[in-house]
Amino acid sequence: MTDLALTDTAALSVRAESARRAGNGDKRFRLLALGAALLVMLIFAGVIASLLIGAWPALSTFGLPFVWTEAWSPTRAQFGALASIYGTLVTSLIAMLVAVPVGIGIAIFLTELCPRHLRRPIGIAIELLAGVPSIIYGIWGLFVFAPWFQEHVQQPVINAFADVPVLGSLFAGPPYGIGVITGGLILSIMILPFISAVTRDVLETVPAVLKEAAYGVGCTTWEVMWRVAIPFARAGIVGGAMLALGRALGETMAVTFVIGNSHHISASLFAPGTSISATIANEFTEATDAIYTSSLISLGLLLFVITFIVLACAQMMLRQLDKQSGT
Amino acid sequence: MNRSSSLYIRRRVTNSVFIALSLAAALFGLVWLAFILGALLTSGVAALSPTLFTESTPPPGMAGGLSNAITGSVMMSVGAVLLGTPIGLFAGTYLAEYGRHARLSYYVRFINDILLSAPSIVTGLFIYEIIVVRMGHFSGWAGIASLMVIVIPVVVRTTENMLLLVPNGLREAASALGAPMNFVIQSVTWRAARAGIVTGVLLAVARISGETAPLLFTALGNNNFSTDLNQPMASLPGVIYTFATGPYEDLHKLAWAGALLITATVLTLSIIARLLEGKKRN
Repeated sequence: MTDLALTDTAALSVRAESARRAGNGDKRFRLLALGAALLVMLIFAGVIASLLIGAWPALSTFGLPFVWTEAWSPTRAQFGALASIYGTLVTSLIAMLVAVPVGIGIAIFLTELCPRHLRRPIGIAIELLAGVPSIIYGIWGLFVFAPWFQEHVQQPVINAFADVPVLGSLFAGPPYGIGVITGGLILSIMILPFISAVTRDVLETVPAVLKEAAYGVGCTTWEVMWRVAIPFARAGIVGGAMLALGRALGETMAVTFVIGNSHHISASLFAPGTSISATIANEFTEATDAIYTSSLISLGLLLFVITFIVLACAQMMLRQLDKQSGT
Repeated sequence: MNRSSSLYIRRRVTNSVFIALSLAAALFGLVWLAFILGALLTSGVAALSPTLFTESTPPPGMAGGLSNAITGSVMMSVGAVLLGTPIGLFAGTYLAEYGRHARLSYYVRFINDILLSAPSIVTGLFIYEIIVVRMGHFSGWAGIASLMVIVIPVVVRTTENMLLLVPNGLREAASALGAPMNFVIQSVTWRAARAGIVTGVLLAVARISGETAPLLFTALGNNNFSTDLNQPMASLPGVIYTFATGPYEDLHKLAWAGALLITATVLTLSIIARLLEGKKRN
């Protein structure tokens, strides 16, 4: 039958035609896929371009000092980013200081210490919590955590450190409940499930033979984790932590609710402050002057640059890890 | 003998301290998270009522519901997923099938992973600049666009990952039968990776249903019931934000009810996604 078809020129041309059509179909499909991939790049380029254009009026008016000027006064058309940058960095720093050790502790608990039948449920609970939207942490922080923190932590701490030189000014009152430290702590609770989940995944890639060998020569659990498992997984843990830092820096809702929205830098961690994202969220729709809007977009540009650097470093480290485990 | 026994004791003590710290960390973390869910349940359930779904957001001091916000959130999320999924699907397909080893794919993957964790408030500014400023007013469409920017990277990432799990033998078998590549992709690899791709879309929906920041200056909000995407549109997270930061007790209640609704939606979606994923593995 096939031999017949080969000598039949009509059938041959039908085949050629259908093959050509299939080829064309594939070409179109391929272009569609390529176009979509390019669109991803285009979105990224668009974000940068639109931020630069939007930020230009403010940046050309205030120049580079915009970054280290504290004053933020819409009525006098005077804008500086320092208070916002300070708030963003300090809240993220507090969040990382709390969440990284606790997150690693949870991950170690889940991979080594937890009874086997509890591992899956707790692991799943943590992963689900990593998906809870940040606004939930925000509303909880405002209505539940801040009042509790004000009464049970801030007041005693202020009293206790009142006469201590450095710590006294770091923890100076009055206890508002909301403030820079509250924002940082809410952030830390928010990124905690994320860090735990990533660290657990990385610790699970540690080959069992490595740990068994270490246990075999008589190492304690602590020694196995500290000298074998964590060094093996270090790149992944650091990469995951930086990914979390990227999220903390750009997080809006968890912080905006509780940071207090004040453009004044205070030495006290209990004082209200603001962060880049909180400033934008609070003031953007109220900004009527072109220069005001443009200053807020400049803040957005700064935030994008900072998070880009952090996230790019995280990607590099995680890529490196993939390459290692791939070979 | 003495020295080695003191070393032994020290190692045992260090180990116990470490185990205790690790247990404490786990307990500490889980307790906070339990507190949050507990507060959400008690305050949220207390504020639930049938009028939530039938009445629009009230002015302070009046009774009302969240129907305009729920409708707005659903419309904008569905719109963003419908428009964003095909783009993400095709881009992910390019990365996994056509350009798996291409230089371009390396950059696309890198940029996509950055967009995946980029601050949503900044991508919202981008949409504000290109849509709200052009149109001259806030709108539901702008809200959809700002959510799309969040959906696309999620779908790209999961699609690529899931397609990479499809064994090459399947592709080769189909190609050997003479099927052109687009046919192989559409009827073999996509089909084999379907559950995983659906999981990715569900995760994207979960991600955007609680997204607040970019909506504040794209969709803005609307106190009236509206299904017109050309007009400003209310959203559940947006309403929570305005009501919770305001001074009115009864509006706080509505905010809690909204928070409970969002969390329930997100957790349900994540659990369904997880079940789908588990089914695929078996």
